[in-house]
Order: sequence, then C-alpha cells, then structure tokens
Amino acid sequence: MGRAVNEASGRFRSGDRVRVRFEDRPGHIRTPWYVRGKSGWVERVYGDFHNPESLAYGGDGLPTRTLYLVAFNQADVFGAAEAPKDKVLVDIYEHWLDPAA
Amino acid sequence: MSDTHGSEQALEHPKHELSYYAKRIYAIRDLLLEKGVLDEKDIQCQIEYQEARSPANGAKLVARAWTDPAFKARLIADPKAACLEMGIDATSINEFVVLENTEKVRHMVVCTLCSCYPRPILGRPPDWYKSFNYRQRAVNDPRGVMHEFGLVLPDDVEVRVHDSTADIRYLVLPLRPKGTETLSQADLEKLVTRDSMIGVMDALPALPKA
Repeated sequence: MGRAVNEASGRFRSGDRVRVRFEDRPGHIRTPWYVRGKSGWVERVYGDFHNPESLAYGGDGLPTRTLYLVAFNQADVFGAAEAPKDKVLVDIYEHWLDPAA
Repeated sequence: MSDTHGSEQALEHPKHELSYYAKRIYAIRDLLLEKGVLDEKDIQCQIEYQEARSPANGAKLVARAWTDPAFKARLIADPKAACLEMGIDATSINEFVVLENTEKVRHMVVCTLCSCYPRPILGRPPDWYKSFNYRQRAVNDPRGVMHEFGLVLPDDVEVRVHDSTADIRYLVLPLRPKGTETLSQADLEKLVTRDSMIGVMDALPALPKA
C-alpha cells in the first residue's frame, strides 16, 4: 500500500486492538454509525491530519488528530460475513478510538 | 455579460425545466459573477479542468504498473510522485493510497458518508457510486455488489472494502488479466476500466486473437 505520512505519530500502533467509541453528537462526524461500538485492529497509522470536525465549521482543525486505518472482520460489524476472511476497513481519527482487549 | 472567451453560450441557463438544486446552483453562480468573485473565464477554465480528468489517467498508471515492476513499486510507495512522473497532477489529493489486488485479495472502495473519490485520477464519480444503495451495500454485501458487476469470487479470496471516510483517497490496482503478456501498454490501458479501479470488478479479459 501507499505511503504513510508519519507512522510514529499517535498512541496506537499497527496490530493494536481498538474499539470505536459509541457516541452520538451533532457535527461533521466522519466516523460511520455501523462501526461505532465495534472492535477491530489498527492496520496502519496514517499520521496527523487536521480535524474535520473543526474544519467543517470554519475552524483551524487544530489540534491535529492521528488518523488510522482500522480493520474489522465483516462478521464483527454486521453479525455475519459473506465469506470468512472478508473485512471492512475504515479511516478513523484517534479521538474516536479506545484501546480494546 | 462580457464577450470574453466565447463563453456566453456555455453560461446561459439551460432551456429545459430545472430541478430545485440546479436552480439553486445557477443562482449562486449568477451571484458570484454579479459580485465579481468569479468571472466567466474562471468558470469555463474550471469546467475544462474537471472534464480533463478522467479514468484514462488511472488506466495509464495501472497499465504501466503491470508492465514495469519498478514503476509499480514507486506507485505503491509514493503514488503522488508516480502520478507526477506520468504527467498526472494528483496534488489536490490530501493523501493517496494504492491498493494492490492479488489472486487472494480484492479491494473495493466506497465512501459511505458522501462520495469521496480520487477525482484527479478517475474524474467525476459515476452516479451509482454516490447512490445510497451502493454506499450501504458496498460495506455489508460487497460480494453481492461485485456479482452484479459480473465478478464472482471464491470464498477463500479475501474481500477488503475500504470506506474512504477521511483524507485518504484510494485507487485499486487491479490484477493484470491472464493472456495479456504480449499486449502493448496502450492496449493494456483499454482493459483497465473505471469500475476495476473502484474495485467492483476485475480488469477486462484480453480480447481473443482475431
């Protein structure tokens, strides 16, 4: 896969288990509903990006947030998978992630 | 209206009945012109720029990656630099990631939140890419979607659906079809469809020899 901006940034590393926060609040949220509350793992650290939740309202996007490629087994998200190895991968900012066992 | 760039005709309102959103966009355009924020030339240049970006850009990248392993390595390591090498301007993309398909792994791209799409490489997204139906089914029924595009995969192939929710834009590097070893790069480009670079189908099979 293509280049990562800064693999050293952020609190999580590739392979870390993470759980997406189950939050509901107004705003320009880039975390899809179907993964909120679901567990997966960090596939890749993309580095630090301006926070879209601030940018969308004319803010400066600071502080930046580390963006991760988070992988989920399809069965863990939708209850059943069409085939056992199938996965859904979502780009998620760090403030939406907690460590998971 | 000024007579610059022969653009009067392009900037007229269409004669047929306009939808609500079309009326709104024309009203916004007229206001921007009236207030001098933009002129007709700016709009025409932007239309030409948008039209110039097409899946042909992506097909060039893919066909070269198929025939030139060193280029493929560069395309995967630093896609924007590889684009520049091919004369394709991908600088408007914040981050650009290439997903390489293999016999055992297929990638498919969606944006469930809106319609994020690698426009400099593929042009404007097809309407179905922006539809609720695709955005919902791509994540929970990817094999059903692929089937509708004519791709049926065995269960031991891993399907990886990328939901493009943030600053990364994804391009799928499809598998090179079998039996294309003797084809030129130009002929290979014809096999690389837009949909194969979104990942809902494979590249077209090689045409049988005449």
